[in-house]
Amino acid sequence: MRIVGPLAEGTGVTLQVFVISFVLAVPLGLALALVRVSRFAFVSGLVNGYIWLMRGTPLMLQMLFIYFALPFVPVIGVRLPDFPAAIVAFVLNYAAYFAEIFRAGIQSIDRGQYEAARVLGLNYPQTMRRIVLPQVFKRVLPPLSNETITLVKDTSLIYVLAMNDLLRAARGIVQRDFTTMPFVVAAAFYLLMTLVLTLAFQHLERKHAVYDG
Amino acid sequence: MASPMIDARGVHKRFAAVEVLRGVSLAVGRGEVVAIIGPSGSGKSTFLRCLNHLETISSGRIDIAGETLVSSTADGVCRHAPDADIRRICRRMGMVFQHFNLFPHLTVLQNVIEAPLTVKGLRREVIVPRAEELLRRVGLLDRQASYPSQLSGGQKQRVAIARALALEPDIMLFDEPTSALDPELTGEVLRTIRELAEEHMTMLVVTHEMAFAREVASRVVFMDGGEIVEARPARELFAAPEHPRTRAFLENML
Repeated sequence: MRIVGPLAEGTGVTLQVFVISFVLAVPLGLALALVRVSRFAFVSGLVNGYIWLMRGTPLMLQMLFIYFALPFVPVIGVRLPDFPAAIVAFVLNYAAYFAEIFRAGIQSIDRGQYEAARVLGLNYPQTMRRIVLPQVFKRVLPPLSNETITLVKDTSLIYVLAMNDLLRAARGIVQRDFTTMPFVVAAAFYLLMTLVLTLAFQHLERKHAVYDG
Repeated sequence: MASPMIDARGVHKRFAAVEVLRGVSLAVGRGEVVAIIGPSGSGKSTFLRCLNHLETISSGRIDIAGETLVSSTADGVCRHAPDADIRRICRRMGMVFQHFNLFPHLTVLQNVIEAPLTVKGLRREVIVPRAEELLRRVGLLDRQASYPSQLSGGQKQRVAIARALALEPDIMLFDEPTSALDPELTGEVLRTIRELAEEHMTMLVVTHEMAFAREVASRVVFMDGGEIVEARPARELFAAPEHPRTRAFLENML
């Protein structure tokens, strides 16, 4: 019974998709949030529409669209291999969710913080970078942790592009060997990954707990 | 004659349909300490916030140390100085807020050195000794590594004063600096402000502390309904208020 080998390989694919998507989606989400709260009404509205689109349609549909339909779109049409297509879908989709988390965080900062920064002569970029965002980062850790764990599990959607991630590898063995054991092992692998993430976020929260507010 | 440090003329401020300031004129000379008193909603804080551009005025004119921050033409169009000039002019004024507005993610020392580092581009070796000196003056040198949440209200406000002084302002604006404090903690903050007055810092203090205004301010301004009702030397105004509204207010306060 060869279970662990293929499952470990699948875990490798899952982890790659997760890490690359996460590393790209967080900064993109932050950038979107900053545009969203900026005083430039037009681009702010565009971002709002983008978030509506990305949160309002299924992630699986977006992935299928980018892989199968994008090549036929005029001008921007491009044929992506399965792995980049999956990454693009996850990044575009998750950036929208991260953007909303960051926006809520930015808007939760007291107006007095901006005023204090302003009377001290800090301009807007300095105020965001030195005063607002460090406080936002602490406040958004719990929802960020939530969304990140969801991303780990959502990576299993790449089976629609016939990519061999952890879940698809498990299903392959189940169908080959007529045993449900691989599902249990796959569940354990997912639990292990999310446990590591949970602990990492808890560590970050503790590190930022030195101050209140 | 040198131009006044603060020169506000005919300042009007409207929020939607409400006229909060109805032609306020006030000149503050170098080294003068002026207290603004009056019932809540009289426009005291709004006037202070107009002076350093936290609020934009609807019409009127404001000069700070001879430089025009904003002026309006006869037909009521406001012309503001360019953004960079506004920042430079307003940096000459330190401000202390009712609710402190310390940066909670920074320690006491970091709060004080943040603006000198970021805005003035001073080196740490230059600003840290100066910040420590300021903290020693407000009696909080031993708390420099604490976070604001670990301090009492009075201590927070003293840090806020040190933070404002770190930029070496020519003018200090105080917006009800003791109104959010427990009564037993107001003394330490008022003592710090009094020490600044003794060093001839130009100050404009919005306050509800009548005893403090009488003792420290050279001039007291009574505001009501968005205008200055009476502005006279502190002793005179408290001893013999001229206007019935001033008299009624002072009787209420005592």
